[in-house]
Amino acid sequence: MKKRGSAYILMTVPALLLFFAFHTFPTLQGIFYSFTNWKGYGDFDFVGLKNYINVFKDDRVVDSYLFTFKFAIISTLLVNLFSMLIALGLNANIRFKNTLRAVYFLPNILSGLIVAFIFNYIFANFLPEMAEKFGINSLATNILGNPDLAWVGIVIVAVWQAVAFNTILYLAGLQTIPSELYEASSLDGAGKWKTFWHVTFPLIAPFFTINMVLAMKGFLMVFDQIVAMTGGGPGQSTESISFLIYKGGFEGGEFAYQSANAVVYFVIIVAISVVQIRFLQRREVDL
Amino acid sequence: MKKKTNWLLTLLLIAGSVLVLFPLYMAVMIAVKDPQQLAESLLALPDKWHFENFTNAMEMTNFWNAFSNSAVITVFTVIFTLLTNSLVAYAIARNMHKKFYKFLYYYFVSAMFIPFPIIMLPIVKEMTALGLTNLYGLIFLYIVYGLSFNIFVYVGYIRSIPKELEEAAIMDGASTWGVFWKVIFPLLMPINATVGILTVLWAWNDFMLPLIILSDQDIATLPLVQYVFQGQFSTDYNLAFASYLMALTPIVIVYLFAQKWVISGVTKGAIK
Repeated sequence: MKKRGSAYILMTVPALLLFFAFHTFPTLQGIFYSFTNWKGYGDFDFVGLKNYINVFKDDRVVDSYLFTFKFAIISTLLVNLFSMLIALGLNANIRFKNTLRAVYFLPNILSGLIVAFIFNYIFANFLPEMAEKFGINSLATNILGNPDLAWVGIVIVAVWQAVAFNTILYLAGLQTIPSELYEASSLDGAGKWKTFWHVTFPLIAPFFTINMVLAMKGFLMVFDQIVAMTGGGPGQSTESISFLIYKGGFEGGEFAYQSANAVVYFVIIVAISVVQIRFLQRREVDL
Repeated sequence: MKKKTNWLLTLLLIAGSVLVLFPLYMAVMIAVKDPQQLAESLLALPDKWHFENFTNAMEMTNFWNAFSNSAVITVFTVIFTLLTNSLVAYAIARNMHKKFYKFLYYYFVSAMFIPFPIIMLPIVKEMTALGLTNLYGLIFLYIVYGLSFNIFVYVGYIRSIPKELEEAAIMDGASTWGVFWKVIFPLLMPINATVGILTVLWAWNDFMLPLIILSDQDIATLPLVQYVFQGQFSTDYNLAFASYLMALTPIVIVYLFAQKWVISGVTKGAIK
């Protein structure tokens, strides 16, 4: 028996050590440096909570949180709305079911960065051209160049791509509902709307939870689209948290300062995930 | 009972799928035209197809080099992820009643909550100090970082495999390693497909990790190359889009042939 025990140890301990060295250790280092004034090179001193106090007072950081949350909440809601509708459609008695499903899933396999580059052209050239043709002046310029509208462009790209994944999950959920339930519901004289809220939705509520949590978590990390589309601009109007940490940390000599920002971000992500899972799970029971 | 086809819904969904396909159609149209044709019409089929855009873009971005970097990263990441992560998960799954392994499980899985930006700055320092800012280092990081999620998925699956199968093999004198490779690993194929597909999509499409880890342009991956060449593409959209399309094509081809597996693999990974 002892030999088996040592085999299991050999199977796990190397992974434990490597994971610690390349994941946990850098995390601890990040936390450690957040209490110093290290620029990423040279000497450093401990500065206590100074970085944290400054992070909360820094408009640029606060703005990046506001932008990221606005972006993440709106995108999460839109993605879930669209993917629920598409999934309901794909689950109905339609033709070309497999082809349509394959098409709707296609964006999921594409590189987010390259998709964003492609959409850049749509916003810079195609949409303004169309707007001019139809006389819509408000859209005649590139919305990515407008500090008030650039975030909309990023939402569109992110939603376009993320709907694919969430649709497939909802579809998987819908396929677990036995068709007898629909028949029973229509025998009871329930309309489509009522059937959805009283039969379909409660039964796919766990999928709603997964989708909300996964989508929100993904959007809070938004990075590729920002790099590809706006570089955080115009001005600093579309700097997401990840992007600011990357930019400030690598290019701005703010290693320690952005580490403090990252720690705050970490705490917020954990808090949101916990709250979201609790809240949505309670709803599942209530329904 | 065969039900009536809902044609209205079918039409609506086809209309919606146009929204999905439009950016890709547009990308193809830009890539096969010259600037003058593009100025005349964006969406019409060209009178003359300019396939030389593709060869020019290949030359400019050193496409085959970036392609082979991406391919090497993806292939080795997937192979070693499947072989190692499943092994770790097996040891954990079969010993969850012991404190140490239970701790390991929660240790790996809870790391999923740690957002990458907190690691981003220190890991670059660490990889630089170790001389690992190259393809080996990147492959290595993908395998190690995959542990969190993959252990979660594998452990759930392995615990549903009855122990009797292993006990029979043990009676025949197989070692723990032998049991894993000969009995368990072959049974893991459905979940290996899921982990494999998710790992392919991640390693092939990832931009952030190559951006911060790879120090040299010669070892850039396909997405990274598109980013690096933004300045040189500038307003030569035809060349840029030819390059984007070539970077997207390999994974689209894989998807066309393995569409059902990819979709079911991704779904299983998320529902676990």
